[in-house]
Amino acid sequence: MKLLKYVLVGFMFGIVLTKAEAVSWYRIYEMFHFQSFHMYGIIMTAIVTGVVGVFLIKKQNLKDINGNVIYIMPKEKGNIRYWIGGIIFGLGWAMIGACPGPIFIMLGAGFMAMGVVLIGALFGTFLYGLIKNKLPH
Amino acid sequence: MEFLSQTWHWSIAGFLIGIIMLVLIYFGNHFGMSSNLRSLCSMTGIGKRISFFDWDWKSQRWNLAVVFGAMIGGFVAIHFLSIPSNVELNPKTIEELNSLGIDAPNGKFLPDYFFGKDFYKSPKILGMLFLGGLLVGFGSRYAGGCTSGHAISGLSNLQLPSLKAVIGFFVGGLIMSYFILPYLLK
Repeated sequence: MKLLKYVLVGFMFGIVLTKAEAVSWYRIYEMFHFQSFHMYGIIMTAIVTGVVGVFLIKKQNLKDINGNVIYIMPKEKGNIRYWIGGIIFGLGWAMIGACPGPIFIMLGAGFMAMGVVLIGALFGTFLYGLIKNKLPH
Repeated sequence: MEFLSQTWHWSIAGFLIGIIMLVLIYFGNHFGMSSNLRSLCSMTGIGKRISFFDWDWKSQRWNLAVVFGAMIGGFVAIHFLSIPSNVELNPKTIEELNSLGIDAPNGKFLPDYFFGKDFYKSPKILGMLFLGGLLVGFGSRYAGGCTSGHAISGLSNLQLPSLKAVIGFFVGGLIMSYFILPYLLK
């Protein structure tokens, strides 16, 4: 039952991303060709909402649902992993028009071809785990 | 229902995505989709051979619950909350895609070219779907996050590493969209 609230949040996420068409291959193509403001608007509004929320959480020392003061872990410092990893991710994102959230969402919607993308993504994750120690980070 | 079925305005969608991230923080967790791929790999027991997958993935079950909910949400939105006027692209985009052999949306979310019923009949399409997934899976783990973990969560917390990753996402996306994809499609 503890997990139910997460299923509900996920449900909302699936609805919002689909209704905003952020799960659409077409919208990703349109975004990368600067032919619509739609995707930029979504991402920027989400970030502005997040920045304000995180600022208030920190300023007010808000507690989470379990009564612990909220602490958001900072990202590890680094360069190569973010630039190179980011570029590799972007190549895939623009190719199949889906990042990890939409892969799951559209598979759930019944697009079987997304299953092949998911298998590829799992294999890519596996490959990273396999050669992680040989990569510059 | 009309409000639910039409394409949601970017400001409403963006605001709600921000709220979803904040709700997960309030639940004592964080917003990030790609780490579920690591959990799914770890569930196979491969952690015995590869240390990267030897971690407490069971502590991340909540995130798999989010994924499960998202899949149901996608199903409901596509099958019950969609109308033919959805995915109204810039006409220029449709024209451009047409010249590349990609079918117009006409209310569809995904092009039949990649995601139609016959996707499994073409080795080229299967290869592209797999390779695209591979790049997304490898890249998001190398960069330590994807659109949700870096672009939304990381930038909301003003993290410089996330800014680098997001710039990387766009550099990679532009290279693919302008210089590689046209040749792959032709």
